[in-house]
Amino acid sequence: MTQSIVVQVGQCGNQVGCRFWDLALREHAHVNKKGIYDEALSSFFRNVDPRNGGGGPDITGGRITSLKARAVLVDMEEGVVNEILQGPLREVFDSTQLITDVSGSGNNWAVGYQTYGSAYREQIVDTVRRAAEHCDCLQCFFLIHSMGGGTGSGLGTRVLNLLEEEYPEVCRIVTSIYPSAQDDVITSPYNSVLAMRELTEHADCVLPVENQSLVDIVKKIQHMVHSGKMGSVIKKDTTITSGQGCVSGTEKPFDAMNNIVANLLLNITSSARFEGSLNMDLNEIGMNLVPFPRLHYLVSSLTPLYTLADVNVPSRRLDQMFTDAFSKEHQLIQADPKHSLYLACALMVRGNVQVSDLRRNIERLRPTLPFVSWNKEGWKTGLCSVPPVGHTHSLLALANNTCVKPTFVELKERFVRLYRRKAHLHHYLHVEGIEQACFSDALSSLTSLIEEYEQLDATKGRLIPDAPRLNIAL
Amino acid sequence: MSVVAVQLGQCGNQIGQQLFSVINSDSNGANRKTYKECSDERFFYENSKGDLVARSVLFDMEPKVISQAITKASKSGKWKYGETAHFCQKQGSGNNWANGFSVHGPRHEEVMTDLVRREVERCDRLAGILPMMSVAGGTGSGMGTYVTQCIRDMYPNSFIFNHLTWPYCTGEVIVQNYNSVLTLSHLYQLSDAILVHENDTVHKICAQLMNIKHISISDVNKVIAHQLGSVLQPAFTEHSLSSYSRDPIGELLCSLVCHPEFKLLSLCNIPQMCSSSLAYSAFKWPGLLKHLRQMLIANAKMEEGIDWKVCVPSVDKSAGEMARNKRHVGFNTSLANLLILRGKDVSTADTGAFKDSGMYAPWLPAGGTFSAWNTSVPFNGYEKSATIVSNSQSLLRPLDNIVKKAWNMFASRAYIHQYTKFGVSEEDFLDCFTTLEQIISSYTHP
Repeated sequence: MTQSIVVQVGQCGNQVGCRFWDLALREHAHVNKKGIYDEALSSFFRNVDPRNGGGGPDITGGRITSLKARAVLVDMEEGVVNEILQGPLREVFDSTQLITDVSGSGNNWAVGYQTYGSAYREQIVDTVRRAAEHCDCLQCFFLIHSMGGGTGSGLGTRVLNLLEEEYPEVCRIVTSIYPSAQDDVITSPYNSVLAMRELTEHADCVLPVENQSLVDIVKKIQHMVHSGKMGSVIKKDTTITSGQGCVSGTEKPFDAMNNIVANLLLNITSSARFEGSLNMDLNEIGMNLVPFPRLHYLVSSLTPLYTLADVNVPSRRLDQMFTDAFSKEHQLIQADPKHSLYLACALMVRGNVQVSDLRRNIERLRPTLPFVSWNKEGWKTGLCSVPPVGHTHSLLALANNTCVKPTFVELKERFVRLYRRKAHLHHYLHVEGIEQACFSDALSSLTSLIEEYEQLDATKGRLIPDAPRLNIAL
Repeated sequence: MSVVAVQLGQCGNQIGQQLFSVINSDSNGANRKTYKECSDERFFYENSKGDLVARSVLFDMEPKVISQAITKASKSGKWKYGETAHFCQKQGSGNNWANGFSVHGPRHEEVMTDLVRREVERCDRLAGILPMMSVAGGTGSGMGTYVTQCIRDMYPNSFIFNHLTWPYCTGEVIVQNYNSVLTLSHLYQLSDAILVHENDTVHKICAQLMNIKHISISDVNKVIAHQLGSVLQPAFTEHSLSSYSRDPIGELLCSLVCHPEFKLLSLCNIPQMCSSSLAYSAFKWPGLLKHLRQMLIANAKMEEGIDWKVCVPSVDKSAGEMARNKRHVGFNTSLANLLILRGKDVSTADTGAFKDSGMYAPWLPAGGTFSAWNTSVPFNGYEKSATIVSNSQSLLRPLDNIVKKAWNMFASRAYIHQYTKFGVSEEDFLDCFTTLEQIISSYTHP
């Protein structure tokens, strides 16, 4: 069994990360009734002797003594991390896993990337190395950060670079939270575009998540709960939106939204943690979904929605779950994959679903979805036998689809609007090592990324003849 | 003589476990003492505690599937795997053939070849080696190819008979066509024969003949194991009429692979049905063989939906080319066929219809390319059953599809960077494409 390390950077990254640890603990507690430290648990947790306070060696096999998250928490202010340390999750982290400062990055990518990136470089590398040394087969880093602010976007992408330098063989999957258009951080377009260049060059896969989509999904879930039509009740044991059944008792404002992202991470790793008749390992994600190295932005959707809400909506037909996964409303970014071009698509199913259900639904949906000419049958599937807590089945669809383009185009426009007037630029240029070329390079990186998607998108609906085959002389 | 199985990757390990389970339960049926002795010698050995142990080694790059296979086997209480006959690592090949072939294979070569050697040396006489794997993923296909290459180097004169599972056309692995092209082109140089099962075909059998509503991977694998078992279990051959053949792989290859350019084998069998309707069905040999022959010439892998309009073209020497051109579009030309009959009254079965020269490529000597094996011992609960292993055009279309899709993808250079990362270059790809185009061309004009 392999292990993964979660690196959570900035306020948003740490909030999402904590929801992930909370839900992961709950999921393992649900599956692992005997309290034995098993292989599945070992992928994200160490088992240590509590007397050594996490500093001692790992205990393999046998009963759970004290679980420590394979995590590195980075923030340049103390608020969120302190809250975590006083909260119910304090047991799973110890102080050696934390890197904090007091003054924050002031919503400035350059401060996060350059100032803190240089000042904390050694400490970050050491902390990550300690976590890595506790793994006997480190497969993947999950980086969680936001794009709009200073620490998440700046220091987050700097951490990504460090991971690539130190562990070139280990897969880097980045979950990036993109700001909404009405973001109150005025410099968020700068921060996002500067961060995008790093993501495009140094990540293996990026799972973009837009704030606005999370807001919409939470609204829809609340509507499902409050409409009360179908006699929906909040399940006691399985609640995510309400926070019940989790270690943390009370709900915080962004918990519902952060839970959705945490669920994305739980589902993407489920097949690597649990058994299934069609395993899908983490290194298969990039291999199957990334045809060209730069085009590694994967649009995700989670269905059924009530697995996110844990409300007791009568389960609709299994097939509806597959249909929903392709609808606009279920995507974690504001995009319409059905009307754009699929380069590749993965279906990661959990629970009581058979290969015949998969086949039937792929056959049913295939004619309605435009795929790139050279990958008409670009489907990857995984079946994991352990469903999410309290549910019979669930589906995570990951698509490499040109529908990410509008999000990037919009981001670029907002960037250009500021950049044309050189607004706020001096805040960045003050920082040592930042020149205006950083901005123009980031812009051209994004422009060419958009162009690459554009070129592929333009082939949609066009009849592309088969490539002429090699001839064999008879 | 004994066969050593090499189970590779998720698919190879799942099917391998099913195969040994089918073989063992079939051999434990009533009234089959010598049959059981022969089968046991072929596929199992007895350890010091008297347990029946499969002559098999299990390789995978991740532990989950192997531990499942070992547990299932020992739970049967009838047989088990050798205690140290397996090797696994922690991290899979990530669907990347190049990772399996260029990284994992060489890195673990010594351990794996030692395990194979130990199993081979345990045999009094080696009939052949049976590597089992899928062509879609990374470990089975990539590392499987590498291991087959090592076995070929170690045993240049032994028979290697590969069993391959071809993936569903859609939805297993996106780079499956690349992985298939790389696997097939390499194995074609290493293996003596390649027996292929297509998941799509077997899935249809599960749905239409076995009446399974929710088909699981294990249902598909059970059908594959059943079909394979019906070939590999003991039978009387033309060279051993009074005792069970001692050289099953050798005789199979001798019957089917007459030319190194043609070594792709497919398989169909009859009857195939769910056990509940089996009890209410009665079969007669002429009916079974008539259907099976039509399945062969019309290239239908199952009884349902055979095209009965397809017929064997008449061989008229004076018409020559003309007669060949008049062949029905769906007609499946054979190079060699091996018919295996198992069950009651098998001596009354007339197999003459399979000897028709019109079924075979014109350059073959008349009557020289058909063989039949039989035994009166019924197989795996079927009172009568017939299996045909065929070296024919039947895999031409699926092979052509694989190459076509891979070539289209290659034309846009999609995913190539994932392979070059592990040392498989664009030129390597081109070489593999050339090899396969050559095979396609040969089978198109047999």
